Amino acid sequence: MSEKVRVSIVGGSGYTGGELIRLLLGHPYVTLQQVTSESNAGKPLHAVHPNLRKATSLQFVSATALQACDVLFLALPHGEAQRRIAHFAALAPYLIDLSADFRLRDLNVYQRYYGEPHAAPEWLDKFVYGLPEINREALRSAKYASGVGCNAAAAILALLPLARAGLIDPSKPITVDLKVGSSEGGATASQASHHPERSGAVRTFAAVGHRHEAEVAQALGLANVYLSINSIEMVRGVMATAQVFSAAGVDDKQLWRAYRAAYSAEPFVRIVHDKSGVHRHPEPKWLAGTNFADVGWEAEPESGRIVALAALDNLGKGAAGSAVQSMNLMLGYPEETGLTFYGLHP
Amino acid sequence: MNAICPECEATLTLNDVLRGEIITCPECGAELEVISIDPIQLELAPMEQEDWGE
Repeated sequence: MSEKVRVSIVGGSGYTGGELIRLLLGHPYVTLQQVTSESNAGKPLHAVHPNLRKATSLQFVSATALQACDVLFLALPHGEAQRRIAHFAALAPYLIDLSADFRLRDLNVYQRYYGEPHAAPEWLDKFVYGLPEINREALRSAKYASGVGCNAAAAILALLPLARAGLIDPSKPITVDLKVGSSEGGATASQASHHPERSGAVRTFAAVGHRHEAEVAQALGLANVYLSINSIEMVRGVMATAQVFSAAGVDDKQLWRAYRAAYSAEPFVRIVHDKSGVHRHPEPKWLAGTNFADVGWEAEPESGRIVALAALDNLGKGAAGSAVQSMNLMLGYPEETGLTFYGLHP
Repeated sequence: MNAICPECEATLTLNDVLRGEIITCPECGAELEVISIDPIQLELAPMEQEDWGE
């Protein structure tokens, strides 16, 4: 396409929306046309996202003022996109929904994890799960893509090489501990996010039954996946530590082969399994603001236990970054376009 | 010339290395000693274990 593609965002005042705006403003092939927010309509974007001052003169608009565009991103609270999906589809030929509304294929699983029947079940099959590492070819021809769950993306990317290589004993539970940043809780303040309550806390908020379990199980074709989430003293970031069992005798070289087979050609997944230095394992600190996911592992040959690791930015690779990567694939752009920020160190 | 890392099986491209030289594998960070030039042979060099004082 010679002209820039017109993109708009529905629900741009949250943290995911803000990250999406930042990425799209820096994308060379798109023009950000409109960003909606009912509570901030008429205000400049930087009134909510201060990092964007001078980056754009756009103001938030009400969703009632939405105009036709080429790609419409939906960054609404879960449950809202499915109720208005036909309206949104009439505005743009390409939709990318960052909520959980169109990620799961099984309606019963959806109802179990989200507590209500799906409002637009006939739309589920139209959406491709927007994690390019597992759905690249499908995304190239997709008109509609879902976003990914941040914790799900970390767990999937940690476990994918092991699942593909047949190194997971499916008869044993797969447990994933996730240490996450406070931005996962969203932009709305509550008593729980009050600074004296939150600062320094290690807060277990979903020890069992986290909604992203269903995504991980669906993506990997595994049944016995269990997530536990702990919010720690971090703003952005997810650190997934997955424990699986393989046959006894599994060794490091087998794991190198499995992870290389899965990720050598991936532009945004890096293997971090170093034998020297202080950066031997994935670490979310260095990934803030990036679309990278770093993966690694340790194994215990005697027992067959493998500890699979993945780190990413929950707002980046775990949300807005994967959405833009999916858009690039859907529109036929080079996959890395607009996403090559390498992060900050220290 | 190419050599295989004995730790992670990465293919390393080596230029002008000397016998006894210690090199670092760019993929896994292992420190490797060049124990032979012709044919090229690498061996794991002694390395410090991770230590966070914990």
